[in-house]
Amino acid sequence: MKYFSAGHGACPGCGLPIAVKNVLQVLDGKCFVVNSTGCLEIISSQYGKSAWGVPYIHSLFENAAPVAAGIEAALKALGRKDEGHVVVFAGDGATADIGFGCLSGVMDRNHDIIYICLDNEAYQNTGHQQSGLTPLGEATTTTPVGKMMPGKLKNKKDMVSIAVAHGIPYVATSSSGFPADIRRKVKRALEFEGTKYIQIHSPCVTGWGVDGKGGVIAAKLAVETGLYPLVEFEYGKLTRVRKIKDRKPVEEYLKMQRRFRHLFKHPMGKQIIEELQRIADENTRRYGLDVKRK
Amino acid sequence: MMKVVRGFYSVAHAVKTCKPNVISAYPITPQTEIVENLAAMYANGELENCVYITAESEFSAASILVGASAAGARTFTATCSQGLILMSEVLINAAGMRLPIVLVNTNRALSAPLSIWNDHQDSMFMRDAGIIQVYVENNQEAHDLIPQAYKIAENSKVLLPFMVCMDGFKLTHAYEPVNLHTQEMIDEFLPPYEPVAKLSVEKPLTFGAYAPPHIYMEFRVALQNAMERARKVIEDVFKEWAEFTKRDWSGHIAAENVDGAETAVVTMGSITSLVRDVIEELRKEGKKVGLIKLRTFRPFPNDEIKKALEDVNKVIVIERAVSFGNEGQVAIEIKNALYGGNNEIYSFAVGLGGRDVPRELIVKIIDNVMKGKVKQGFYFEGVHEFREVIP
Repeated sequence: MKYFSAGHGACPGCGLPIAVKNVLQVLDGKCFVVNSTGCLEIISSQYGKSAWGVPYIHSLFENAAPVAAGIEAALKALGRKDEGHVVVFAGDGATADIGFGCLSGVMDRNHDIIYICLDNEAYQNTGHQQSGLTPLGEATTTTPVGKMMPGKLKNKKDMVSIAVAHGIPYVATSSSGFPADIRRKVKRALEFEGTKYIQIHSPCVTGWGVDGKGGVIAAKLAVETGLYPLVEFEYGKLTRVRKIKDRKPVEEYLKMQRRFRHLFKHPMGKQIIEELQRIADENTRRYGLDVKRK
Repeated sequence: MMKVVRGFYSVAHAVKTCKPNVISAYPITPQTEIVENLAAMYANGELENCVYITAESEFSAASILVGASAAGARTFTATCSQGLILMSEVLINAAGMRLPIVLVNTNRALSAPLSIWNDHQDSMFMRDAGIIQVYVENNQEAHDLIPQAYKIAENSKVLLPFMVCMDGFKLTHAYEPVNLHTQEMIDEFLPPYEPVAKLSVEKPLTFGAYAPPHIYMEFRVALQNAMERARKVIEDVFKEWAEFTKRDWSGHIAAENVDGAETAVVTMGSITSLVRDVIEELRKEGKKVGLIKLRTFRPFPNDEIKKALEDVNKVIVIERAVSFGNEGQVAIEIKNALYGGNNEIYSFAVGLGGRDVPRELIVKIIDNVMKGKVKQGFYFEGVHEFREVIP
């Protein structure tokens, strides 16, 4: 792949290159990549060893969205808009925490960019600390399991609803477990002018505690349990969801990952598993995920 | 064309003639009317090939310019005080990426306590960022410096952010006659920006790579080298401008009557006019006192200072900032430049947070030093008697 070449430093089984390669394949090299500080930046952009075959800029942790807006403005002012799309790759912490204000400003002004949030559900680059997109019950190094604490006490921030509330033309979720879904959604996003937000669930083998092949399996299970619904909104209206045939219980997803394994032993674990099942059920109801039996 | 305008307009008009491609800013007193004026020009279609973005913070405004500048656009913003500090992470990054962003800082105090009024604490905080800093005395000088700033910053030997420092309120809000640039004039003086490297699909480059220990230091040496090369470029552009407009603002420093002087005062910014006035009077009385107006603060004109002040016995630094735990930053720099010499150096911080600096205060400072009434050291002047609540 000439746009994101081999030899980058991602762990075997990492979801990030899967997402990035599929996005870049759709854009066919006609793009400007803006990357926030984080895993993807560190594995791909060492001086002299850049993996990027497309124009790429990394500025800071929290400013990828406005940097992208600046590139888009420059292309417009210089009459170079046809040269390519401006696409951001940012982690969940860069998106939902430290860069949240910046991103809100960009969505509010509706700059013509595609913002891809690579959601591996914690600060994995610094060694697995909780972020605003870490789910309920996950053990991280800053929400560790102890006698009193069963991991993180609050569920993920609903970035999808927040993005939708900004009135931007296209908001979607996708998953590194479903590469064709990523490609289709990026293609769809290109049809809109304005800010497009796509949040891609992206497994982190070390942070989640799965082996190399387990990442994609976990990512698929997140969708198949209803915990990570794949949805699409156009101008605020839910237009499409990925239906689930035989929805699996959340335990199946939780028990295969080290980050949730304590829930099966901890005194508060049962309650948290029940709550996660309730969240999956609620997602299913809210988005109509279940295929109705005839 | 000579017109009576406010400082804001003198900046906005000059920026317009430089044909920026991307302007992004966030309101903050006493800068706001600069970007308001530019917004009005934008709304009236006076800014061609330009996108004007009202950001949701100074941090984002600066970030937008990083992206725009990397893509090859000529960029502008204005800010000050808390806004500059909020931008600081981005501007330091822009310097490291060698992006020639031009900004105007309308110097204002830092919080706490909150103060919207003038001093130099904000830009002094950015001293070590790798950003060129030039201070102006009046609105004509601010107006003239804008096209020069672009020409210097965008020079391939330099490629650094450029901060024009003008005193908040004292200059921004002041009405002064300003000889306004015509478009033809600036088109002749300032060529379009031709970036050495830019983000483009045709030739994909990686900007903002990270550097492990085996290569990081070389980037920082290169940044210092760019600052060193900027000395000559700045001087050349200043000279070119003087010949082009017949308005000569001098070089990195303007040394006035220092030859044969026993005492010299070093100042920066709008206070220079007042100090010059006092010095002229003292000279009429036969006192041997001169003036150094410091224009370029980064890169610091060590050689020029040394040459001008070598034979001056007493050097008085009057400045509007302080590095807490040491003394005023300008004094620190002056001492460094004069190291090894025989000068006596007296350093005075005045006018913090917009405190008025009356003529009598300047007279008193110079008089006390000349008569040997004060020892060498650092002093706050113009401070009321007060009781500290803590401890």
